[in-house]
Amino acid sequence: MAPVAPRSGDAIFANIEHVNCSWTVQNAELFTLTYGAIVRQLLTDLEEVDEVNKQLDQMGYNIGIRLIDEFLAKSNVSSCVDFRETAEVIAKVGLKMFIGVTASVTNWNAEGTCCSIVLEDNPLVDFVELPDTYQGLHYCNILSGVIRGALDMVSMKAEVTWLRDALRGDDVFELQVKLLKQVPEEYPYKDDE
Amino acid sequence: MAAIYSLYIINKSGGLIYYKNYGSAGRMDTNDTLRVASLWHSMHAISQQLSPVSGCSGIELLQADTFDLHCFQSLTGTKFFAVCEPGTQQIESLLKYVYELYTDYVLKNPFYEIEMPIQCELFDMNLTQSVQKDRVALLGQ
Repeated sequence: MAPVAPRSGDAIFANIEHVNCSWTVQNAELFTLTYGAIVRQLLTDLEEVDEVNKQLDQMGYNIGIRLIDEFLAKSNVSSCVDFRETAEVIAKVGLKMFIGVTASVTNWNAEGTCCSIVLEDNPLVDFVELPDTYQGLHYCNILSGVIRGALDMVSMKAEVTWLRDALRGDDVFELQVKLLKQVPEEYPYKDDE
Repeated sequence: MAAIYSLYIINKSGGLIYYKNYGSAGRMDTNDTLRVASLWHSMHAISQQLSPVSGCSGIELLQADTFDLHCFQSLTGTKFFAVCEPGTQQIESLLKYVYELYTDYVLKNPFYEIEMPIQCELFDMNLTQSVQKDRVALLGQ
């Protein structure tokens, strides 16, 4: 049987959201407001901005480890040849499929293990203003957790940090994704080694 | 009508997390199904080592005289395999569809723990619907 070609992020996004425009807009707003409520509640419960950042990252990680299977099932992407392809797939297909943004990949280092994913717009931060007392908060830290979790399940240990944050005054959102190491599942044959 | 005899899902470490029997022949008890699943997991891993070229992703099809075994492994290591009548078509697309059902009804269930046996009603319901569909008429997915 001929392999099915990978579907573009747009096609999957359209498929999942279906119906007409206004329904999609309402759904997106509900998502934004729900996320805002979660962050607000975390700030009330944990009080420390660093704690909230860590908790958002952990929540993102838990989402990421499950989300990766849905992404692989619905997008039909085949195994990536190298980390460059992985980053492109995350930015163009993954982010488009789940939050509807098309990101771009820039700033590759010489070895090809570290890059920046730049998001021009971000539905999570619609209607959000960061007050002065919470300037240390990474509001979208859940995204960094999701990417880290997803990559973990496909044998790539990565470190994801925020370089630029539009809520703190920069013009775009920039995530730095650094591949720490590839850990393929090894079957323990050679016990004597 | 070509039919599916049974469907297995095994997790990354080789443990059986889901087993469904459709045919009356070859019914096994729980212990046997667990043994078969871990045997298959090992064979699948060994086949990757046996390959003369690198980059082998394991056994996809095993053909015997009384049955075919189709296996699909996701990039995250979860394996879906089905034992069916020899010559059954479209099992690969069925397995991919079961993978989609797994992501929609099992992974999104907040009470489901990763790598644990699957006990999700919605998953069972949707799976039964899709397999019935495949048995009634041999339509492409």
